[in-house]
Amino acid sequence: MAPDDQIFGNYLIVSKARVGLQTQSEGEPLDTLILSRIQFGANISFHILFPTITIALGWALLFFRLRFNATGERKWMDVYVFWVKIFALSFAMGVVSGITMSFQFGTNWPGFMETVGNVAGPLLAYEVMTAFFLEAVFLGIMLFGASRVKPWVHTLATFLVAFGTTMSAFWILVLNSWMHTPQGYELRDGIVHATDWFAIIFNPSMPYRLVHMLLASGLTVAFLVAGISALRLLWGDRAESVKTTLRFGIITGAALIPLQILAGDFHGLNTLEHQPAKVAAMEGNWETGPNIPLLLFAVPDGDARQNNFEIGVPSGASIILKHKPSGVVPGLNDFVAEDGTALHPPVAPVFYSFRIMVGTGMAMLVLSWGGLYLLRRYGAGDMPTVPLVGFAAMSFSGWIATLAGWYTTEIGRQPWLVQGVLSTKDAVSDVPAGMVMGTLIGYLAIYAALTIAYISVITYLARKASRGEPLSTRRYPRSGEAEVAVIPGE
Amino acid sequence: METFGDPAVWLPWTFAALMGLSILIYVILDGFDLGVGLLMPLADDAEKDLLVASIGPFWDANETWLVLAIGLLLVAFPPAHGIILTALYFPVFVMLVGLILRGVSFEFRAKAPIAQKPRWNLAFFLGSLLAAMSQGFMLGMYVMGLTWTVSHVAFALLTAVFLTVGYSFIGAAWLIAKTGGDLQARAVGWARGGIWGLIFGIGGISLATPFVSPRIFDKWFSLPEFFYLSPMPLLSLALVGYLWWQIRHLPRPDDRRAWGPFAAAMALFTLAFGGMAYSFYPYVVPEQITIYDAAAAPESLSIILIGTLFVLPAILGYTALSYYIFRGKATELRYD
Ligand code: HDD
Ligand code: HEM
Ligand code: HEM
Repeated sequence: MAPDDQIFGNYLIVSKARVGLQTQSEGEPLDTLILSRIQFGANISFHILFPTITIALGWALLFFRLRFNATGERKWMDVYVFWVKIFALSFAMGVVSGITMSFQFGTNWPGFMETVGNVAGPLLAYEVMTAFFLEAVFLGIMLFGASRVKPWVHTLATFLVAFGTTMSAFWILVLNSWMHTPQGYELRDGIVHATDWFAIIFNPSMPYRLVHMLLASGLTVAFLVAGISALRLLWGDRAESVKTTLRFGIITGAALIPLQILAGDFHGLNTLEHQPAKVAAMEGNWETGPNIPLLLFAVPDGDARQNNFEIGVPSGASIILKHKPSGVVPGLNDFVAEDGTALHPPVAPVFYSFRIMVGTGMAMLVLSWGGLYLLRRYGAGDMPTVPLVGFAAMSFSGWIATLAGWYTTEIGRQPWLVQGVLSTKDAVSDVPAGMVMGTLIGYLAIYAALTIAYISVITYLARKASRGEPLSTRRYPRSGEAEVAVIPGE
Repeated sequence: METFGDPAVWLPWTFAALMGLSILIYVILDGFDLGVGLLMPLADDAEKDLLVASIGPFWDANETWLVLAIGLLLVAFPPAHGIILTALYFPVFVMLVGLILRGVSFEFRAKAPIAQKPRWNLAFFLGSLLAAMSQGFMLGMYVMGLTWTVSHVAFALLTAVFLTVGYSFIGAAWLIAKTGGDLQARAVGWARGGIWGLIFGIGGISLATPFVSPRIFDKWFSLPEFFYLSPMPLLSLALVGYLWWQIRHLPRPDDRRAWGPFAAAMALFTLAFGGMAYSFYPYVVPEQITIYDAAAAPESLSIILIGTLFVLPAILGYTALSYYIFRGKATELRYD
């Protein structure tokens, strides 16, 4: 069927189904591989920023709305109206970057769907059907419906949107976790076929990843809310609603961060069981053995296969991972093929990003618990300047930890795309490298511009609110109350 | 192969039908809101806000049909998905850039400092333009069998222009229904211009498709079929005639038939789409791979189908609810 090869001009890969997936490894596709990886990493990194905010902010908005329904205090509706704008903005960013994601599989990783489509497909389809439509439709009512529908309908719409974002996190994390710890399938002619959907959905790393990600989202929002509120207090805004949200952010953050550290620890133990090479890279440990130190800092050198500089807690890694100093911890040198090629992920990026995540987590712990103390001592309105500046500076710290965590996880899975089943290089398309380069530059430019625009518009909205421009002039009926006439003059 | 009792036959068929349905719904729904975006530069500043308000609560759900369509292609026909999307790598990129620009401009134009608003309005228009053009281009390339030759690209550029004008027509038809007063009157004027895109676009594709392959030619022009199929073009002509007449007489004083052009445009899109589906069946990659060859494993397809049977009616139901809640003429959008 060689004549058909011309049919699609330069770009064609019909051959793939025919020749089998293992064909492309040499020559030019390698450039395409590297570029496609960078492009995918850039796109997913940009995308994840916004769901991280919307997943938890949806629930926070539901909380604000319910507080208002219960107390009738005006400040709760002010809080709602301010934060729903930030929600709307984040949601739009999440949607447009998500649409990009769903095309990426086809444009850059055709081998992914061809090989594991029978598992990935249904999971993605359920995400679209149970989550995306729910969010997208009720979003309109949540954002613009407050004056058109009864209070309880608006509350319900808020709930459904929050529920929808959480559902989409659930399905996509099922898929992602399955890629790390696949089970419930069999291979026929090199193609994955599902045999047990229960085993696929409840794969070993899914519960850990889901809990850790949802907590990450909660923390990101807690620090964003606390940070923006701190900023407004620093600008001299003394509105009740601002003090309320500062309190809300600090308390939520302080409550979630210990849980997150615990969940992270469990997550690590689970990874040790299923992906020991990843843990070895996270710990920067080369030789398997007992009494392995916990490295606080080091400079791993992948070529020399050693660390150049180490500061560590003696036996720390053994204690964390095996709960005793003599515990044996796997080392990277166990994962090298006969011919010397490394079967483990690149060490430095995994090692560093893991430390960035944990470091950010520790900073969150200190700041939120310190903030809790100051809150008891001074109250939200009289918080001293220094901690306020601290909170403002940490507004987007959740993003940093989340990205670092995902880099740990995803780079730690390399060279596999689906652990043990499909390697990354076997999934890439053979679109010419120059083309991928062009689109990569395009995406990066747009993402950089949009991230800047996003952050500056959020601060602009905060500034505008601080100048005392009223958020709303409407009177709100509470749930159950009769609709109240609009204030005269409106 | 012909037995519909065999899951390897009816499952791919069902999924092709579902995918077709989502593409059609997408083209109509996002068609009108992309169209409204295309009309932005023609409106003055106050009208621009109303234009956006008329689609604000809907656009996100409208775009989700694209995600569903591409999702179904990906889950039901994995090899075809890879082939089509790698062949259309660049136009897909352009479309995504367009959708990104547009989607974020909705939010930014309302929230950024007022001085920046014109910039986001421009981004909104450009995004709509890029998305519409690239979709039209991909449509043309698909019809021509996804081969990059000079004449095919030229044809695709033409379909790009016509689909864009066609979208602006259905956008104007939406505005006729959703606005009143001066704006409505101007929308009628825009529709008068846009109808040409519809005529040339649908006409051009209908004329070109049969000549792409003898197989498609035979499907239309062999004898009994020709008579069974003739209502399709005749009905299309009647609809064009109706539209032509309507947009000369709208707006009527009591706003009667304001929904007429939109309804007729929907019917026309549906007919054109049905004709294309008839031409290309059973191929999913034109003249290359049939839906039966490309289908995913039956056990995976049936697990999706079960979910679809429950979820799709719910989706259609609450989508209708949202159009009901935001019924009537568009007013300023408020968060409170
Ligand atoms: C606010 C965000 C945040 C914070 C403060 C932390 N993490 Fe985390 N971490 C994530 C956000 C995150 C994440 C982005 O959500 C990841 C990526 C994939 C995943 O499931 O969670 C992740 C992954 C991840 C992994 C890799 C799992 C794998 O192998 O796939 C481990 C072992 C930990 N985390 C452990 C921790 C520990 C011990 C923390 C203590 C401070 C910690 N995380 C704080
Ligand atoms: C949950 C859904 C996810 C899926 C299905 C997924 C899938 C993939 C795929 C297909 C690749 C291979 C391409 C490559 O090697 O670059 C990859 C790698 C990668 N992903 Fe994910 N990913 C998901 C989530 C994330 C998130 C949320 C992030 C970051 C914020 C992320 C960061 C990365 C990075 C940085 C790589 C590059 C690894 C490397 O090439 O060294 N991923 N992932
Ligand atoms: C390769 C992986 C991914 C793909 C293909 C993908 C696809 C998408 C798409 C198409 C949308 C837009 C839905 C709409 O139209 O409303 C979206 C939004 C969303 N995604 Fe992703 N996504 C991926 C990774 C992730 C990850 C890792 C998470 C979180 C853990 C996530 C959570 C969400 C959420 C909560 C939304 C709702 C919209 C928002 O809040 O921004 N996605 N995604």
